[in-house]
Amino acid sequence: MATAYTTKNLTCIVCPRGCTLTVTLDPTAESPVVSVEGQGCKRGVDYATAECTHPTRVLTTTAPTVDGGVVPCKTNRAIPRELLFEAMAVINTLSAPAKVEIGDVLLENLLGTGADVVATAKRG
Amino acid sequence: MQNYVNHSAPYTSLVIVGGGPAGLSAAVAAYDAGVRDMVVLERDLNPGGILRQCIHNGFGLHRFGEELTGPEYADRYHKMVLERGISVKTGATVLDVTPAEGEEGVAAYVTAISEAEGMFTLRAGAVVLAMGCRERSKGALNIAGTRPAGIFSAGTAQRFVNMEGYMPGRKVVILGSGDIGLIMARRMTLEGAEVKAVCELMPYSGGLARNITQCLDDFGIPLMLSHTVTQIHGRERLTGVTVSKVDEKRRPIPGSEIYFACDTLLLSVGLIPENELTRGAGIGMDGITGGALVDQYRQTSLPGVFACGNVLHVHDLVDYVSEEAALAGVSAAAHLRGELTGGRTVTLKTDGKVRYTVPQTITVTANTSDVTVYFRPSDIYRDVTVTVREGGADGKILSKKKRIKVAPGEMETVTVKAADLMNTAADTLYVSIEETTKKEGNL
Repeated sequence: MATAYTTKNLTCIVCPRGCTLTVTLDPTAESPVVSVEGQGCKRGVDYATAECTHPTRVLTTTAPTVDGGVVPCKTNRAIPRELLFEAMAVINTLSAPAKVEIGDVLLENLLGTGADVVATAKRG
Repeated sequence: MQNYVNHSAPYTSLVIVGGGPAGLSAAVAAYDAGVRDMVVLERDLNPGGILRQCIHNGFGLHRFGEELTGPEYADRYHKMVLERGISVKTGATVLDVTPAEGEEGVAAYVTAISEAEGMFTLRAGAVVLAMGCRERSKGALNIAGTRPAGIFSAGTAQRFVNMEGYMPGRKVVILGSGDIGLIMARRMTLEGAEVKAVCELMPYSGGLARNITQCLDDFGIPLMLSHTVTQIHGRERLTGVTVSKVDEKRRPIPGSEIYFACDTLLLSVGLIPENELTRGAGIGMDGITGGALVDQYRQTSLPGVFACGNVLHVHDLVDYVSEEAALAGVSAAAHLRGELTGGRTVTLKTDGKVRYTVPQTITVTANTSDVTVYFRPSDIYRDVTVTVREGGADGKILSKKKRIKVAPGEMETVTVKAADLMNTAADTLYVSIEETTKKEGNL
């Protein structure tokens, strides 16, 4: 029985190389990714698989500080792409300390994703 | 231009102008190559340069094997500088670099001003120029219409959002699809603005492909290629822009106008290496790169003065800025030891498809190493072979590299071997982009 495979072209976003990936998908299967071509490294395959099932993104933004400024921060791992705006809303309510080191956790377990929001710049 | 010459000014072996990723990397490399008497002069209150406002990630994959945000990358270098006890003066703006005419052991006089010290001059044994670049402004663009508030360069908006915590506006149009424009499209959207479109004059984007995906596609922001802003509307504050399609000569096509109501226009229309000091010193400049003419040691036409990073040519990745700056730092150290003398000059010429090369010349001596030539193509070309030939377009091929695709937005390299440089009688090398043919003609 021939299954109707579909193909999708993606740009990998894992590193600045931005390899063009061609993903073959079986829409009927539980794990739809059949094969990935064009990746420059193994991480491209993982990216393509995630992107075609549950896309995730690392969020980089700034958090308000208690003294009225902002401190650059990021999620320490990728979170579901559909949560980005909700994550922004939560991070924009934080009141980070005036004195912060790179890596300090500003918020644990953002929206239950298991990702922490960590400072990416030293302040104070 | 004032030339500040002060023969009794204190001597410093190495003065580095700029404490961003280039300056800091040059300092670390010079230190590790043996230089101890040096100072980095940085005009901002903190070192790190433009990286401090680049809060997105994508930095450091080559250099550190990790994906870092701009501030994290800057911090790595700042820590290396602190560990070595290298002196960094912040809040110090260099006003002038003047060649030291015939003064033994002194390359130039560097004059700076800071709140802490007032105006001061240093007699520098060697100088590394690492001033970075600035953005092309609206004034350079000649867009018809009024001059309301609400028009910013993308980098200015980035500073406002990421460092000052201000939103420049709420309804945004972006002109220019280079990385800064794309990154700000995402940043503004995440902070609640509506980015209506990113317009790009050229038929292709100058930014990284990954940024099209993660900055535009992710948010459904349209990329309008071959379009530009042709009119600005609004009295005190921007109320809208007119966008037109352009033809193959980049001229607006009448009748193609589209109006976007907006309160903010971000301009990401080019970076210009900041070379006022370089020109003031009478250093030879390259009209295409906007930076100094250099040899493979990154030495300019003024002996003992080196240039690296975005002030020399605009880079795509900070990792390569650091690599180039390390080269300049090592070269400055070699100059201080008296090792960079003599040799003959080989000039690099290009065909029309290679927009520029850095270096523009190669100094060939008995100790020459392989030279990595950095270049950008002038357009997108596919299935090509980048070729370095002796003498001219028909010369013997010294080196070649096949590429499936080259694009102006991605800096490339080709290597010329030391043996070839030492054996060639030619004083010119010709760098070209040729169609890859199945039959090789001039091997």
